[in-house]
Amino acid sequence: MGKCFSTLQFHTSRCDGCGDCMTACAQAKANTDDQAYSRIHILPKTAGEVVELALCRQCADPICVMNCPSGALSKNGDTGVIDWAESKCVNCLLCTAGCAYAGIVYEAKVGHVAKCDLCDGDPACVKVCPSEAIEYRTAARIFNAYAGKEDMFCRGLSACHGCNSELLIRHTMRMVGPDSVVAAPPGCIPGMGTVGYNGQTGAKVPIFHSLLTNTATMLAGVKMQYNRVGRDVTAIALAGDGGTSDAGFQSVSGAAERNDPILFICVDNEGYMNTGMQSSGVTPYGSWTSTTPVGGQMQGKRTEAKNLPIIMTMHNCSYVATASTAFLEDYYAKLEKAIKVAKTGMAYLHVHAPCPTGWRFPSGITTEVCRMQVRTNFVALWEYDPENGLRFTHPVDRPEPVADYLKMIGKYRHLSEEQIAHIQRTVDEKITYLRQLTVMAATRHPASVH
Amino acid sequence: MRSKYMIVGSSHAALEAATAIRLIDADGTLTLLTRDAHLPYSPTILPYVVSGRSQPDNVVLRDQAYFNDNAIVFVPGATVVSIDPAQSSLRLASGDTWRYDRLLIATGAAPMLPPVRGLTDVPFHVLRSLDDAINLRQAMGQARSAIVLGAGLIGMHTAENMAKADIAVTVVELQSHALAGYFEPRASAIIERTFARNGISMLMGQTLRSVERKGDGCLATLADGQTIAADLLLLCTGVKPNIGFLNGSGIEVDTGILVDDLMRTNLPNIWAAGDVAQARGFWGGKVINGILPNAVGQGRIAGLGMADDAGVTPFAGVVPLNTYSFFGQQAISVGRGSTGSGFEIEECGNEADGVYRHIVLKDGQLVGIATINDFIDAGIMWQLILRGTDLSPVKAEFIANPQLTGRRLMSQTWR
Repeated sequence: MGKCFSTLQFHTSRCDGCGDCMTACAQAKANTDDQAYSRIHILPKTAGEVVELALCRQCADPICVMNCPSGALSKNGDTGVIDWAESKCVNCLLCTAGCAYAGIVYEAKVGHVAKCDLCDGDPACVKVCPSEAIEYRTAARIFNAYAGKEDMFCRGLSACHGCNSELLIRHTMRMVGPDSVVAAPPGCIPGMGTVGYNGQTGAKVPIFHSLLTNTATMLAGVKMQYNRVGRDVTAIALAGDGGTSDAGFQSVSGAAERNDPILFICVDNEGYMNTGMQSSGVTPYGSWTSTTPVGGQMQGKRTEAKNLPIIMTMHNCSYVATASTAFLEDYYAKLEKAIKVAKTGMAYLHVHAPCPTGWRFPSGITTEVCRMQVRTNFVALWEYDPENGLRFTHPVDRPEPVADYLKMIGKYRHLSEEQIAHIQRTVDEKITYLRQLTVMAATRHPASVH
Repeated sequence: MRSKYMIVGSSHAALEAATAIRLIDADGTLTLLTRDAHLPYSPTILPYVVSGRSQPDNVVLRDQAYFNDNAIVFVPGATVVSIDPAQSSLRLASGDTWRYDRLLIATGAAPMLPPVRGLTDVPFHVLRSLDDAINLRQAMGQARSAIVLGAGLIGMHTAENMAKADIAVTVVELQSHALAGYFEPRASAIIERTFARNGISMLMGQTLRSVERKGDGCLATLADGQTIAADLLLLCTGVKPNIGFLNGSGIEVDTGILVDDLMRTNLPNIWAAGDVAQARGFWGGKVINGILPNAVGQGRIAGLGMADDAGVTPFAGVVPLNTYSFFGQQAISVGRGSTGSGFEIEECGNEADGVYRHIVLKDGQLVGIATINDFIDAGIMWQLILRGTDLSPVKAEFIANPQLTGRRLMSQTWR
């Protein structure tokens, strides 16, 4: 398995072109304030345009290295940096012919080509940027840590085109690992073949097809039996929102109240998508579903979704969090905590799972829909434990209008201006409510202020 | 002996093909045959070996450990003398026979010797292999004077090295100006002037009529009758593809091996790439342009095709490109000059200061750009040409500052 590396990410929307990064780079690389020595080049704004950037991307498949006739350039297998060896370089500039980013350029003042070396993993430019426009991204950690681990599901699960639930369960079980037992009540996850048929399953760990109504309690009982025989396993439920919020709720609530040592993951696609797109208790107001149709009498669902993750914080769970597959680092951090917690108490993860088939949007934009849920505050990412209370893990201070999210999705196509305004209002109210909870947590536990 | 993938050659095209094959197929047997006795190196590095800037043992592009790690059989000193496509086999000068499933011919090119009377009777040098470079460097140690025939990149580069080694150098070039393949006469004039200032005699529009032996060196007679004596004669009058061993193989050749946009020859299971291949020219025709970035790109396409990679992108076509350093100055040329009507030419710079910029546009698109002592990002200019980026909205800015405008355009594209 290959290795991924950290890299610099530039957010032009945050950059005001101050040039502090270039000064810092010149300082770090040549001990001068002269920006001509910088290896990061901020290109000043033109009228109506944004700041652009010329910088080495430390390509995985670097043409500069291929073009180098002297062996002076090489991709470092440990750090990912394209290393430049001054002793070998002959200044032929053929590397510059291979770069479409102006990432390696001839610097007249230094008399040879120069390029970013990521400052040995601690880039000087990032530290001085006043607007966080340059980030040293470490997303590769997930890949490096988990890509080599065994996928606990078989190939060929038959999820719909563009479904992110399959992505989610494969990611999840890679981290959970083989010492586990999975409960999967009726829903899309068994529907795509995880629980299998004819005596074969789609999972490589023990998996059972619980009833909608008994998942949490049955899983807690199985976990208890494993404990009794002295085996340490993670007992995990992969349930839909119907199996959690409606028919499954009494057992989830009971397990939470007892703080049973299980990890319960609710994969929320806002309805019974597997059986024909019926409405559930967490289907948002205004959604078209097959049981909340659009016609002369009805304009989609008339009632609000219940806020299930908040309801779970009102139980005795040891850990509750919301998550989105567009923010996998955030999800991994929460999953890691949840797995630990589930050794002794109940962890509840509520993961939002937009559904191309049931919600009517193109299968290619699932992740973009996930991202817009968060960017509009339609979905807030937070975590809760009884000791520290609730805190946002990805606060969105300047949210996009909810209308921009709604218009991506077919199930909201019929919405009137009034309905959209109503949804915007409820989103704002929900965020205000969550903010109050975070303030309350901060007041109670000043040390945990984020 | 048998190899699933067989690559003949060991320079840039061959090495990139091997890398590409290993990206797709980690296990299939892969063999590199080269007539050279050394580990792989680049012909481009040779002038630097001549100058002493690069040590011959420090220019290796892949070492034996690399071949071991990647399960590649590297066979130096193996000259292929014939190919039998019907049997999928090739024969070496040693008499060995190799069978292959897929074959890449990346044998590069060899110096072309000019038709000069008496040439066979005098000692002369060429510069194409590492041994050539080592020999030339050794000869330069004893020489006081030299004639360099041909003012192309290798000739000019070596002439500079010789001048720096206190050798009296005369450069003789058939064309009216130096580096005619890459630069307009005005640009070449700046380069020629720099050479003259450094004591190099630049005889443009001249040719050798004959040479005769004189002591350890030679006496050359030019077309206009003047004679020059020199301790050392270096021939840099271009190269020709190494295709002699293909006679009778049925592989279609013109000047080089004719290939399609996936570097396939006319015969199944045989590819060609690099200086030996005659491939699509960006502006039409089938051309050979022996420059390193083309070899790299073609080698990669061939390797991916040989390993059945479905994602291989067809070759976009040869765009001439060069970066040339001389006496601490930089000349860069990407694309071509105007070839008729409909071209817009923008020239600026200050020739007295040795600064020069020449931009050729057509229909709002970049066709070529050449600069001296005015750094432009060759890779970005190359992309602007290949992509046919419409420069009309930013034309004035581009002409005024091609570097900044080019960078901004590419940054927008990537963002």
